[in-house]
Amino acid sequence: MIKAILIFNNHGKPRLSKFYEHYTEDTEQQIIRETFHLVSKRDENVCNFLEGGMLIGGSDYKLIYRHYATLYFVFCVDSSESELGILDLIQVFVETLDKCFENVCELDLIFHVDKVHNILAEMVMGGMVLETNMNEIITQVDAQNKMEKSEVNQDLTYSLFYLPV
Amino acid sequence: MALKIVKGSIDRMFDKNLQDLVRGIRNHKEDEAKYISTCIDEIKQELKQDNIAVKANAVCKLTYLQMLGYDVSWAAFNIVEVMSSSKFTYKRIGYLAASQCFHESTDVIMLTTNQIRKDLSSPNQYDTGVALTGLSCFVTPDLARDLANDIMTLMSHTKPYIRKKAVLIMYKVFLKYPESLRPAFPRLKEKLEDPDPGVQSAAVNVICELARRNPKNYLSLAPLFFKLMTSSTNNWVLIKIIKLFGALTPLEPRLVYSCVHVVKYLGLLAMSKILKTHPKSVQSHKDLILQCLDDKDESIRLRALDLLYGMVSKKNLMEIVKKLMLHVDKAEGTTYRDELLTKIIDICSQSNYQYITNFEWYISILVELTRLEGTRHGHLIASQMLDVAIRVKAIRAFAVAQMATLLDNAHLLTGNMQRNGICEVLYAAAWICGEFSEHLENPMQTLEAMLRPKVATLPGHIQAVYVQNAAKLFATVLKSQEGNTDSTAAQETSQLMIDRLPLFVQSANLEVQERASCILQLVKYIQKLQQKDVEIAEEVNALFAGELNPVAPKAQKKVPVPEGLDLDAWINEPPSESESEDEQPKAIFAKEEPKHSRPRHTEVDEKELARRREARKQEQANNPFYIKASPSSQKAVYYKSHKHKIFPPCVLSFFTGLPMSDQYVKLEEERRQKERAEKKKKEKKKRKEKRSGRGKKHDSGPESEEDITPAHQVDIVTEEMPEVNSLDILYFKKSSKHKKKKQKKEKEEKEKKKKKKHHHHHHHSDGGGEESVQNGTVEEEEPLPVSVYQSSARHSVYDIQGNLQDGSQVVVSVIFENKGDSFLKSMEFNVLDSLNSKLQRPDGSGPHDGLTVPFQLPPGVSNEARFVFTVQSIIMPQKLKGTLTFIVKDSSTHEKLDFKLHFTCTSYLITTPCYSDAFAKLLESGDLKGSSVRLEGVNMPFHHLLARICFHHHFSVVERIDSCASMYSRSIQGHHVCLLVKTSGQTVSIDAKCDEPTLLGNVLDEIKQTFSQC
Repeated sequence: MIKAILIFNNHGKPRLSKFYEHYTEDTEQQIIRETFHLVSKRDENVCNFLEGGMLIGGSDYKLIYRHYATLYFVFCVDSSESELGILDLIQVFVETLDKCFENVCELDLIFHVDKVHNILAEMVMGGMVLETNMNEIITQVDAQNKMEKSEVNQDLTYSLFYLPV
Repeated sequence: MALKIVKGSIDRMFDKNLQDLVRGIRNHKEDEAKYISTCIDEIKQELKQDNIAVKANAVCKLTYLQMLGYDVSWAAFNIVEVMSSSKFTYKRIGYLAASQCFHESTDVIMLTTNQIRKDLSSPNQYDTGVALTGLSCFVTPDLARDLANDIMTLMSHTKPYIRKKAVLIMYKVFLKYPESLRPAFPRLKEKLEDPDPGVQSAAVNVICELARRNPKNYLSLAPLFFKLMTSSTNNWVLIKIIKLFGALTPLEPRLVYSCVHVVKYLGLLAMSKILKTHPKSVQSHKDLILQCLDDKDESIRLRALDLLYGMVSKKNLMEIVKKLMLHVDKAEGTTYRDELLTKIIDICSQSNYQYITNFEWYISILVELTRLEGTRHGHLIASQMLDVAIRVKAIRAFAVAQMATLLDNAHLLTGNMQRNGICEVLYAAAWICGEFSEHLENPMQTLEAMLRPKVATLPGHIQAVYVQNAAKLFATVLKSQEGNTDSTAAQETSQLMIDRLPLFVQSANLEVQERASCILQLVKYIQKLQQKDVEIAEEVNALFAGELNPVAPKAQKKVPVPEGLDLDAWINEPPSESESEDEQPKAIFAKEEPKHSRPRHTEVDEKELARRREARKQEQANNPFYIKASPSSQKAVYYKSHKHKIFPPCVLSFFTGLPMSDQYVKLEEERRQKERAEKKKKEKKKRKEKRSGRGKKHDSGPESEEDITPAHQVDIVTEEMPEVNSLDILYFKKSSKHKKKKQKKEKEEKEKKKKKKHHHHHHHSDGGGEESVQNGTVEEEEPLPVSVYQSSARHSVYDIQGNLQDGSQVVVSVIFENKGDSFLKSMEFNVLDSLNSKLQRPDGSGPHDGLTVPFQLPPGVSNEARFVFTVQSIIMPQKLKGTLTFIVKDSSTHEKLDFKLHFTCTSYLITTPCYSDAFAKLLESGDLKGSSVRLEGVNMPFHHLLARICFHHHFSVVERIDSCASMYSRSIQGHHVCLLVKTSGQTVSIDAKCDEPTLLGNVLDEIKQTFSQC
C-alpha cells in the first residue's frame, strides 16, 4: 500500500499532498516537513530509498523518492510495494505530467494542483496502484477533461441566454 | 445602488478562482496568513451563494488551502453539495475535496450514501469512476456495508475502466466490512483471468494485499499465480506476485524455489544488461553465475550462459570453458546441450579468438566436443576447426595430428549417422589432413582411413571432400615413398587408390562422382608412368601446390584498382541468367578452380612455375597486407610458450595471392560459361548424352575438351553476327545515334477519340505503319525508311482526352503494343515539357524525370497507360517531344524510342450536344467570330462526312437538312465552336464560328487535313 504521495520543491513548499490514511492537517504538515528534511539532505548520488520517518509508518515504511530539477516526488509505502516498482511509477507519473502539461515545470503544479490530483487519481486509487500504462492514463484523463470542457460550453450558452443580467 | 455593490463583489469573488488564489498567496509573502484568512472569508461568502458553480469554485480553493495545512472540515456539508451536482466538473471537485478531508469521524458522510450509490450506477463511466476514486479514500464501515453489493456488481461492469476500479476498491471494502470478503472472493478470483490486463493487475494487487494479512487462506491460489507469473508481461503484476509468494513461502516452502527462481532469472537478466555497459562490475560475480549453471531451471542456466559470454577474459577463459565442458557431459536434453556447445564456441571464438592463449587447448576442446552425440552443431565445430587450422599456422601440426585421429576413429562419430550432425566434423578433418598433409606423421594410415568403404555412407558433400583430399594425401605419400627410392611402395599406394576410388565413382552424388572419376583417371595415368619408372611425385604434388590464404570478406576493398582497369565494364557479354545455377560455389575449395589449368603449366614449364613462385614469395614479403607465418625457428619459440599468434585475414592482392594463370582461367571460365549458354539450346540433347556417358566412361573431367573452344574472339563475333539481319544493318547505317542491334521498334500513331455515339468503326487507313495524321499523332523521330518499320517490334496508339472538370488538364492514354518477340520491361515514359504543356509527375520528382510505365510487355501483348498533362492555352496545337526507354529482356539491352505527342486543337474539344434553338441563339449573340474553309474532291456520302467530323473532331450534329448540317462542339475551356457544313458535288464548304478565332482556325486546318488524306 502507498500511504502518502508528496510533491514539494527544493525549499520544502508542498506542491501536492495526497494522504491515503487520515491525519490531521497539522500532522500532515509535520510529515511534509519531516520528509523534506530527510530527503533534501541526501546526496544526489545515493540510492532513492530510505527508511520511514517517525511520524508516518515506522519500521514497515519506507520513502521512495526521485528528485527532478526543483521538485521532489516522494512516495511513502509499506513493505508490500517494491522499491523498483515505485521508482518506475514515479517516472510514469512525471512522464504523464509532462505529456499533460507539455513540458511540465513547477509552475504548472503550483497553479493546477487540481489537475495533478486528477491525473494521480488515474494512477493510484486509495493507496493502491491502479494503472501503470501511461497511454491508458492519458486517454482517461483526456476523456474527462473533454467532458468538462463540453459542460463549460453548455454553461456559457446557458448563462448567455437564461441568466438574468 | 446597494444592489450594484453586491453584484460587483459577487463578480469579483466569482472571478477569483484557484489560480487567482495561488497568485494572490504568492504576492502576499509578507502577510500570507492574513491574506489567506480574507480569502477564507470570501470563500465562506461564495459558499452561501445558490449558484453551484460558485460553490464548486470555492470548494476547489478550499482543497488547495487544505494542502497548505488549513482545516476545512467546516465546509464538509458544502463539499457534499458539490459532490451531488449533476455536472461532472463539479462532482469531480466535490469528490476530490471529500477525498482530501473526509475521514471516518466526518459526520456528513452518512448523508452521502445515496448520492454515491446514484453515482455508482450512473450511465456515465466517469461519474462512476470519480465516485469510486473518492470513496476509496473515505470509505467507512457503514459505507462499505451499504455499498458492498453495488461495488460487487461493478466488478462485472462492461467497461474495464470501471472493473479495475471496482476490483481495487474491494480491498478497502474488505478492510472496513470483512463480512463482504466471503461472497466477493469468487468474483475477485475470476478477475485474475480478466481479459483486460489492467483489471487483472488490480485483482492481483488486491489478493496480494489480502494475502499479506492472512497468507494461509490464499495458498490454494498459488498455482494460478504461478501461471500468471509465467505468462504475464506486466512488470507490476510480476513484482506483486513475487511479493505474494514472499508472503506465502513461510507456509509452503516449495514456493521458495519458484520465487527464488524468478528473482534469479530477473537478476541474471539485469546483470546481462549491466554487462553491456559495465563489464567489470559483473565479472566479479563470476562464481555466482557459474553456480547458476547448476540450477535446475533451464532458463536460468541459459541466462547464465549469456552472461558468461561477456565475462570471459584471457585469464578465466580456460576455467570457464572447463566448467562448461563438465556441464556438457552432465547435460540432459539436447536443446540445452546444443546451447552449451554453441556458447562454448562463441565464447572462445569471440573477437577473433581474443581470449585464447593456447590453441592446442582449443583444438582439443573442439575434438572433445565431437564426442557429443546427436548435436545439431557439427558444422559449427567443423568451421571452427577449419578456421583455426588455416589461420593459426603454428597449430597446424597439432591440428593435423588430432584430425588424423578423428579420421581414424570416424566410426565412433558416425555410429548413428543419419541423425548425427557431428559427422560434419569429418569434413573439416579430411580437409585439414589433406591440405596440411606435410604435417602428418603417418600419411599412409590416414589415406587408408579416408578410403575406407564405410566412407561411402557419409553425406555426399563430405565424401567429396574425402575424395579430393585423398588425392592430396596421395601426392604427399608418393613424395615420401619416392624419396625412399622404394618404387614398389609407391606403386602399391597407386594401386590402393585405383582399388578404392571406383567405390566413389559409383556414388549417387554428382560431386563425388565427378571428383572421383577425375582423380581415378589421374592415378591410372600416374601408375602407368610409375611402371615406366618415371619419377612423378614432384609433378603430382604440383597439382596441389600453393598456399591457401584466408581472405577477409572486405579485403578486396583495400586493394587499389589498377589504373586503366574498369571493373564495371563487361569483359565478355554478360552470361545469361539461366546458366547461373551451373556456377560452382566458391567455398573453401577455391583452389579447385585453377586445377584444370595447372597440369598444363607444370608439364609445359616447370622452371617457369618455380620462378613465379619465387616471385610471388618476394611479392608477399614486400606486401604490407600480406602477413607471413613466422619462420620455423620462431615457430618453435611460439609453440613452446603456448602463445600462438593469430594471423588476421590476409588481403588478397590483385597480383600476389594468385598466379597469373588465374586471370586467364577466370576469363576463360566466364567466356565458356557464356558460350555454353549460347550452345545450350542447340546442344541440349548432346550434352545430356555426354553427361550420362561421363559417369560410365570415367574419362572426362568436369569439363570436356570439346567444350573449350580455343578461338574465343572469333567465337564471340560469329555468334553475334547471325542475329543482325539486313534490315538492322540498314538501320545502323541510317541512325548513328543508336548502337543497339535490336533497334527495330517504332511507334505508330493513331488517334481514337472516345465518342459516346460513334464508338465503333471508322478504321483509319493507317495500316502498314504509314503515318496517318489524325487528331493526335506520335511520330518517330528518326526519318527512317518505311522498310525498317516493317519489322516493328512495338506499336503504340494513343488518345488525348481533355478533362471537362479541369480546363487545364488533358489525359493521354497510350496503348503500348509489343509487336516483337522479346520481352520488354522497365519502360519509362518521359516528355520534354514546354512552357504551355507539362507532364504531371508525382510529388517529389524533378521536372525531367520520366514516369515508370506500370507494366511489362511480353511479346504480342498490349496494354494501356495514362498520363496526365497540364495545358495552359489550348488555342494552338502543340507537339511535345518524348522518349520511351525500356529494357529488352532477352538481350538485356537498354533501348530508347523517341516520339512526338501531337496535341491537336481538336483534342481539346469535347463532344457536347446542343439543341437547335440554343444553337441559333449562340449564333445570333454576335460574340462569335467567323471563318470558313472549302474542301475539294471529297468523295464520300454526306453522312459519312459528318460522321468523320464527329468522330475525329468531337463535334455533334445539331441539325441536318438535306446536304446541309449544323454542328457544335465545346472546348475544355468553354469555347463554343459552331460549324455549318454544306456539300455540293465533291466540294464541301464549312462556315464556322467560334469565340476564339485562333482556335477556330486551327480546328479548321485539322479538319481539312483529315479530309485531305482520304
